[in-house]
Amino acid sequence: MSKIIGVDVGGTFTDLACFDVATGRFSVAKVPSNRGDEATGFLEGLFHFGEVSKFTAVVHGTTVGTNALLERKGARIGVITTAGFRDVLEMRRRDRRNTWGLWGDFVPVADRDLRVEVQERTLADGTVRQHIDPAAVKDAARHLLDKGATALAIFFINAYANAENEAIAIKAAREVWPNEHVCCSSEILPEIREFERASTTALNAYLQPVVGSYLARLEDGLAQSRFKGSFHIVQSNGGIMSTATARRLPVRTALSGPAAGVIAAAAIAREAGFEDIITADLGGTSFDVSLVARGEPALAAQTTIDFGLVVRTPMIEITTIGAGGGSIARVDAGGFLDVGPESAGSRPGPVCYGQGNTRPTLTDANLVLGRINADRPIGGKIARLDVEAAAKAIEIDIAKPLGLSTMAAAEAIVRVANAKMAGAIRLVSIERGHDPAHFTILPFGGGGALHVSALLKDVGLKAALVPRYPGITSALGCIIANVRHDEVRTLNLALEGLDAPRLEKPIRELAAKARAIVDSAGMPLERVAIEVELDMHYVGQTHTVSVPLPVTLETLEAPLGEAAIRQAFEHAYRRAFSRLLDGVGVRIVSVKVAAVGVRPAFDMKALAPPAGSSLDAARRPARDVWLDGQRVATPVWSRLDLPVGTITEGPAVLEQPDTTILVEAGFVARTDALGNLIISRN
Amino acid sequence: MTDAPDAVTLAVLKGRLEQIADEMDATLYRSAFNPIIAEARDACHGLYHPSTGATLVQGTRGLPIFVGAMAFAVKAVIDKVAKDGNLDPGDTFLFNDPYDGGTHLNDFRLVRPVFRNGKLFCWIASVGHWIDIGGNVPGGFNARATDSFQEGVRIPPVKLIRNGALDRDIVAILEANSRVPVSNWGDLNGQLNALALGEQRLAALLDDYGDATVEAAFEAFTARAEAMMRARIAELPDGRYTFEDFLDNDGIVDERLTIALDLTIAGDSMVLDFSRTSPPCAGPLNIAYSTAVACCYVALKHVFTEVPANGGCLAPITFVIPETTLLAARHPRPVGGYTETILRAIGVVFGALAQAAPARATAAPFGTINALSLAGKRADGKPWVMFSFFGGGLGGNPESDGLSHGNNAISTATMPPAEILEAANPVMFTQWALRPDSAGPGAHRGGFGAVYEIEALVDDTDGFLLGERGKFPPFGVVGGGAAALNRFVWTSDTGTSSAPMVSKVTDVKLRRGQRVRLETPGGGGWGDPMRRDPARVAQDVRQGLISSEAARRDYGVAVTEDGRLDAAATALLRKEVAA
Repeated sequence: MSKIIGVDVGGTFTDLACFDVATGRFSVAKVPSNRGDEATGFLEGLFHFGEVSKFTAVVHGTTVGTNALLERKGARIGVITTAGFRDVLEMRRRDRRNTWGLWGDFVPVADRDLRVEVQERTLADGTVRQHIDPAAVKDAARHLLDKGATALAIFFINAYANAENEAIAIKAAREVWPNEHVCCSSEILPEIREFERASTTALNAYLQPVVGSYLARLEDGLAQSRFKGSFHIVQSNGGIMSTATARRLPVRTALSGPAAGVIAAAAIAREAGFEDIITADLGGTSFDVSLVARGEPALAAQTTIDFGLVVRTPMIEITTIGAGGGSIARVDAGGFLDVGPESAGSRPGPVCYGQGNTRPTLTDANLVLGRINADRPIGGKIARLDVEAAAKAIEIDIAKPLGLSTMAAAEAIVRVANAKMAGAIRLVSIERGHDPAHFTILPFGGGGALHVSALLKDVGLKAALVPRYPGITSALGCIIANVRHDEVRTLNLALEGLDAPRLEKPIRELAAKARAIVDSAGMPLERVAIEVELDMHYVGQTHTVSVPLPVTLETLEAPLGEAAIRQAFEHAYRRAFSRLLDGVGVRIVSVKVAAVGVRPAFDMKALAPPAGSSLDAARRPARDVWLDGQRVATPVWSRLDLPVGTITEGPAVLEQPDTTILVEAGFVARTDALGNLIISRN
Repeated sequence: MTDAPDAVTLAVLKGRLEQIADEMDATLYRSAFNPIIAEARDACHGLYHPSTGATLVQGTRGLPIFVGAMAFAVKAVIDKVAKDGNLDPGDTFLFNDPYDGGTHLNDFRLVRPVFRNGKLFCWIASVGHWIDIGGNVPGGFNARATDSFQEGVRIPPVKLIRNGALDRDIVAILEANSRVPVSNWGDLNGQLNALALGEQRLAALLDDYGDATVEAAFEAFTARAEAMMRARIAELPDGRYTFEDFLDNDGIVDERLTIALDLTIAGDSMVLDFSRTSPPCAGPLNIAYSTAVACCYVALKHVFTEVPANGGCLAPITFVIPETTLLAARHPRPVGGYTETILRAIGVVFGALAQAAPARATAAPFGTINALSLAGKRADGKPWVMFSFFGGGLGGNPESDGLSHGNNAISTATMPPAEILEAANPVMFTQWALRPDSAGPGAHRGGFGAVYEIEALVDDTDGFLLGERGKFPPFGVVGGGAAALNRFVWTSDTGTSSAPMVSKVTDVKLRRGQRVRLETPGGGGWGDPMRRDPARVAQDVRQGLISSEAARRDYGVAVTEDGRLDAAATALLRKEVAA
């Protein structure tokens, strides 16, 4: 009765990790995922770790919400809104898909005839100009039910300033609505900006039935297996929540899967002695990077899932560019080589998969260059990769138009892709004021480790850390993530002459609310930490800077004076923009409070290589790899068999079932005590 | 000059250089004061050729019209330096002169030389829209202006920073001439931050790759853009294509203005001849030559999206824009309504190209900026100004219906939230909605325009509007129909009023509880509306976006009272039309 299971359901495979708290043992499993029936693979995977009835906890990173949004497979939702504002969701912020080119349209998640207006109005200062009639709300809700709506979002203008009308409305609606899929904007996101608030609320309703029934299937399955432990879901902010909270706030799972990976990466790196890292996940179509500074993943305030689908809730900041293993290389009409964003994905996939694609991809280039072993494809779905077909595609599409040899063309594809990945890393580091020389890159997933040497060189990163099992990083994240809950409220207070209680009261209320949710999650916790941030700006600006306040629940009174807040604001502002604006008033726009339930530390030694491994056992036959314009007979090692302390000089290829690592000349790779591979300049 | 760098180095440098411009844009968006930059992203940054000022590198997010116009701004500074001499590292020029590489007085340009080893390597520049720079109307869009002096303060290129030292006297002059000096000061600082950052990033890149390599890459980028543009033009049939469209009036004299284009394609080059356009006008609907070229650039980039954004893509194009037209105005002709004229000019390029290249045709976007400001004094005597541009529908196209409530071709600006506008100003929106029956019918119809109705919460609120499309609606292409007209009305003590100049008015007086109402056009339609899938027409009727009358009239589609398609009646209706 001491096993914690992490489950990460991906597009192709479901990865599971099991940590036995009593024995300190760690094990992994991989089963195929079924799109549309994710619950089956999930439950099958669990049986790999013994009797489900004896598990302490199951924690799940899910893409069910993300996929429902991307594929537009959420519920038929109804919207009840302020008279005059029924089209907010459809009008967006007047943006368009692309800077250049005017084509393309937009379909909102709620049809216009399912968006109903009611008479009510609150002004920006919170004054209720027109009170809501609960009977009108009930009529609207019944009308929407008649039209087939299965979930309901209520959104009133200026509800962030005073939620009174929304509160009355949601109470009335719940009296007639036949299920629990009802939410309102002041409960989901009581923050100024109507489109972002309405969109987040509507997408929450859109996901409630989908995520709710998925969780119900999982819970049924667990119950049938006599599971008696706790079941939790990873949120986009990298914390976990109870399934009850997930049912109420499914929109907070939008980036659940990747967030868990970043959490695990941060923990692995911290244990290995690296506080500042950049995580890199090279998938089939995209390259996702996140920055972790001083052990803390950077959080973004909002994200756009797809054009017009905005989710505003704190989430791990993941920057995505269209460069993955399946990204297609081409020479354009101007004679320039480019790679991506068009992708062959995993189906049909690269040319070498032999599934019908004839246009060369990054993976094809890596294969032709000998960096990937044709006889040992990652994931094990295909027996052998077709090197000849890949070379042919590169020759026709790239080498001939550019007047290069096939090998030079393949190398050019890799270099252009590397440059794009380097650009993404610069974007999250240099552009945000972080010096890459202090950062270590941590690749997870299958593809990134082939490219880390090049990225070290290009961006000037400190080192690379390849975890022992890069493929199960997200599942591991499920095991170690903290419990977390975020709350936000718009205040619009002037800093000058700040009336301290007007700030302290909402902080206390939000902290108590967040803490109660964390406490009720039912996970063993060491302690609960409260984090408070203010969104502030100079009066007249519309964007804000996040200003962390050094407060805890216990010390809440002390540092909230005007002077201390000003100091914190100026520190944050100078960091962001290098110059202050003297003589301009300062405003506190919103307050954000997070309660973090810190779980007992996970001992990374569980991942360490077993004793008794030897260098001889790890040696594999050398093979030719094309490096820097020439063919080089390169040593190959079985990575998982390398003993602790091994120093491997580049060039070298290290293979393991879930990834291939290329250590280029001029770099060395050291196997540390926890089984990580640390690559640095020689 | 070294040889052109290899394909890989070029691809890498392209990404690195664009990233520098993107980062400058992002820095200004975040630190700007006024919402027109911070929210609406009315700004642009780039790198420019040391001797010609031609665009070398643009960001991927810069405001389209500025992308086209900045080369002229840098050229203006180059000309000044040629005349006056003394250019030093650490200098920065500031100006807003519309007739000398500018657009309108609100757009402030900062242009800074980048020196390498004592030699001018390139220019780095920033432009952003400041919210108020004096003139008769707060916010600057003075529909009644008859000369430049009524539009605000004109600053020729002057050295704001000399050898690294900011000239506080110039700042003092700027401050003394704005209703909101703090906002301008904030924006100026944001632009200076962006320049400093761009300079720093460029220096690091040049240190990495060497000046000669980057210089050679600039040449290769320009050559590539030219080659791609020529390839695209060569695909179009040779010939002469003409198109004209009209502006309602110039705000002073109620007579229509013609924007006429004769577009000639010959092999891989193109002539854009605007000679038949109306002469310069009394009101603020004139634009400068540089602005006219910039809008052609914007139109072509929207049609040929794959051609990279640098000076090379203009090389195959000859412009004929005589000073006898309102498209090449000189000082002191007023230009404050320039947005309306450039939108019409861009539409005319779309209209002419649709004949040459139906497969790339886009129907007219709503085509008016609707610069609406409401202003007054608060109870404490402090002035308030609410100023914004408003959205409308984009045109139908071969791929899809037009986008509803989009922005015009010249901008990617996002709309300020109603809640932000209400929090900052004593106003209340009583409607913020799509406008039914505003889209041009078509096999792919236009997108829908919007209705914005705003109530004054205090007495003595003044309203100003500079809009267009009140008489000549956005056109359809390839058989598609026109969209609805722009409409602006307000309530007054005597009932509902509208403007004698249709969409242009400067003297609306509102008391507490009175309202203005702006209804914007949709986009034009693409293709014959009788070929539109009747089920989609019925869907639009059910959604309340088109009336059942319009469905019958424009599409030959009959819809029952409960919103279902009446297939039999539809077949009859369409048969009648075909006959």
